[in-house]
Amino acid sequence: MGLTTTSLSATATATNSSAKPPLLRVRNLAKRFGKNVVLRDISLDVAEGEFLTILGESGSGKTTLLRIIAGFESASSGELWMGEEQLGRQPPYRRRVNTVFQHYALFPHLTVEQNVGYGLRVARRPETEIAARVEDALAKVKMTAHAKAKPSKISGGQQQRVALARALVNRPRLLLLDEPLSALDANLRRQMQVELKSLQREVGISFIFVTHDQEEAMVMSDRIALLRSGELEQVATPREIYSQPATAYVAQFIGHTNLLKADVQGGIARCVAGAWPVEAADGVALFSLRPENIRVISPGGVGTAGGVRVRGRVRHQAFHGATELIRVECSENLALVVRTSSGAEAMEEEIELEFSPTDAVLVRESAERI
Amino acid sequence: MFSRGYKAAVTLPPVLWVALFLFTPYVLMFCYSFWSVSPAQTIVHSWDLNNYKDLLRVDVYWQTLLRSMWIAARVTIFSLLLAYPMAYFLSFQAGKRKDLLYQLVVIPLWVSYLVRAYAWKTILGSDGVLNTLLQYVHLTRHPLEFLLYSPFAVVLTLTHIYTPFAFLPIYAALEHIPRNLVEASHDLGATPAQTFWRVILPLSIPGVLAGATFAFVLSLGDFLAPLLLGGPSGIMISNIVVSLFGAAYNWPLGAAISLCMLVLVVGLIFGSERLGKKWSFS
Amino acid sequence: MELLVTRDAATAERSHWLLLHCVAVFAFLYLPIAILVLYSFNGEGVGGFPPHRLTLDWYRTLFADEPIWDSVLNSLEVALAAMAISLAFGVPAALALDRAQFPGKALFRRLVLLPLILPGIITGLSLLMLFNVAGMKLSLLTIALGHGTALISVATTEVFAGLQKLDRAQEEASLDLGANYWQTFWRITVPNLKLPIIGAALLIFTLSLDEIAVSFFLIGRDNTLPLEIWGRLRRGITPEINAVSTVIFGFSLIAIVLWYRLRMRGEGATDAGIEIVEVAEGGQA
Repeated sequence: MGLTTTSLSATATATNSSAKPPLLRVRNLAKRFGKNVVLRDISLDVAEGEFLTILGESGSGKTTLLRIIAGFESASSGELWMGEEQLGRQPPYRRRVNTVFQHYALFPHLTVEQNVGYGLRVARRPETEIAARVEDALAKVKMTAHAKAKPSKISGGQQQRVALARALVNRPRLLLLDEPLSALDANLRRQMQVELKSLQREVGISFIFVTHDQEEAMVMSDRIALLRSGELEQVATPREIYSQPATAYVAQFIGHTNLLKADVQGGIARCVAGAWPVEAADGVALFSLRPENIRVISPGGVGTAGGVRVRGRVRHQAFHGATELIRVECSENLALVVRTSSGAEAMEEEIELEFSPTDAVLVRESAERI
Repeated sequence: MFSRGYKAAVTLPPVLWVALFLFTPYVLMFCYSFWSVSPAQTIVHSWDLNNYKDLLRVDVYWQTLLRSMWIAARVTIFSLLLAYPMAYFLSFQAGKRKDLLYQLVVIPLWVSYLVRAYAWKTILGSDGVLNTLLQYVHLTRHPLEFLLYSPFAVVLTLTHIYTPFAFLPIYAALEHIPRNLVEASHDLGATPAQTFWRVILPLSIPGVLAGATFAFVLSLGDFLAPLLLGGPSGIMISNIVVSLFGAAYNWPLGAAISLCMLVLVVGLIFGSERLGKKWSFS
Repeated sequence: MELLVTRDAATAERSHWLLLHCVAVFAFLYLPIAILVLYSFNGEGVGGFPPHRLTLDWYRTLFADEPIWDSVLNSLEVALAAMAISLAFGVPAALALDRAQFPGKALFRRLVLLPLILPGIITGLSLLMLFNVAGMKLSLLTIALGHGTALISVATTEVFAGLQKLDRAQEEASLDLGANYWQTFWRITVPNLKLPIIGAALLIFTLSLDEIAVSFFLIGRDNTLPLEIWGRLRRGITPEINAVSTVIFGFSLIAIVLWYRLRMRGEGATDAGIEIVEVAEGGQA
């Protein structure tokens, strides 16, 4: 897996910034709490100006990784580089990294203005400079009107902006965001996603954004690093991670998918659904097939040349607005989820399905981990 | 998140201070208890068990210790009997005045111990408030002498002083009982009395234990109330220790008695803690 | 009876008894204090029923009484010194218990909290032996050291309880924004623990002012107020004691009111007394 990760990140980096060395390099990082392994062998690059999302379920180790980068935890082994500098042993206050905390951690005894000016004040910047930069930062997040308020007197969304301003005013080289939108309601959350993304473009600072929400990750990120039980499953652009999932876990975690277990012999994969040519070694292989890549062939309709066809009965329907997901039982041990937009299929109706072999993406089986 | 330097900075000074001023003194007390006093009134650093043998041999020592424990036990029981119903009333039935009443229980703690003990003396003395009142309303002809300079006076005063101490943990324990448990009990058909015996009382046991420990331990070691109000029959073990460290000048024997008290007290605290844990379900 | 929340007749019946019980206990708790205040204005001095003739004589005697005022000053000095010692070691001790792991931590916790529940005589005597072996002359300094050491427990329990409620992310955010540990301690930790620290300081101050069992053994030439009072009580009943006690009670009431008004602003703070009892007994530290 190490190989895949490195090559993928190399290509992704190339698309973002040409030939510049990465801002942050994580090398073979591991973290144990006693006997409990939380992170193992994490290697990851973050480019200048990149928006990288660390995506994972709760308990996957994503917050621990973020806290190690911020300096609140130390790694058990491995290295952390920022440019030519080893971050490893540096205390958090020496790192040019700032964090937006999950529940913002605004200081309750200080006003909005004092919160934002905190970093500059402890760095002993001149008061005139502090005032100017704080004003600037508050303007950028549209919080000038609430400068004198205490954090408890402003709304969740506003606290979120203040936390952002408090971090950005220090001009960090890297901003860490620990599920900063999780406390907001759905509508505000969508609005903040857009604002956050455009703010990041404007300031040009690298963001590492931690979330468990795959949709949020897809919308905002330049690249997504998918973490599972302390190991990186895949690091890639949202498009790549969706269309070319590296493992069965990735395929299932991001969006809906069908996993087909096929037997490969001499370049041909065979399963209950049918057979198609592949470039893979002989043996059992797993394929991910997205529901939207399966077509329903209307009765008497003609399929595409080279398409794999299979018949089945509609067993379940779920309405999703513009589209509908239907579950089609093809045989005793194969059911396919198909995305349709017509809504023409009736329950228990027998229909014919078709998919193109190129849409069946070969994925690695994810090792069972606890 | 905290560096080694930070941890060392917050740990070392208090640890050193505690080692010097809390640990060393107990060790010294332990050492002293094996030493003795020469006829020339100097401390002899010879190690033997004579002080402990004296403790067992001389009647007045162990009898006074037993009497002190008996006084402390009575104080504990009376304090609990006064404090528990009050805590129950405040926690479950006082409604909006709960906080005010709670403060009223706590306020006497802020009034000097000495002053309150002294006030009891002015109340119980033969020319005291109570006796003159009784004579004034012609209930008695002569002052009741047993009121002051007796174990009764000591128990009464110590009960007065330690009732709020017993009250605090009981009240805290009652306050921590989720009210829906009481509702669930009623819902399942238990009467208020059954609910009290089967739900509330068992859940408040850790608080009762804590309150009892406070009352017993603190009254066991008291020497001021007995001096002030006890008279010869109200002497407690600490008074003997005080005289051994003062006029009688036998520090080693005093140290041996103090150490016995220390062991007794620490044992009690441990015991009540373990019992309390058994009765805590959260 | 509107203060009773009744469910049915049976509860109401019992509530009457409970209410009566409460009234009796309150009478028991307040009787000596009431007597004290009342007789400080009694022309006949101590005792005797009914009280005669209101007078301020005892207050006049009191204000002309130099030894009392000397002892008050001594007590204030001791209380201030004890407060400084307890906070200087008790606050770091709470931080250490909350966030450091070190060998002997359990023993350390026990030792720190022990004086809270130990009879004063044991603390006083053991310190007396220490000062004796160290060749230190007994004075107000030894009393202050004794009070300071015994009352570390109060500062530690109060601050520790406060730390349990403090969001760790606050301090992380401060470090993250470039403040070092020292700056973080003064700018974030202390302001967030303002209430427990002030509460502990007030409590230590009053407890030290009133302390007698430890002082009893560590006293040098100069008396503290309780020891001065003690000396006079031993000699016989003296009415100006009523007056001085009433004055102290008045100041205590002011301190209580101050403390509760402070607590009202920091909503949700539990009571100092309860916290101390819980930490001392619950072994949760």
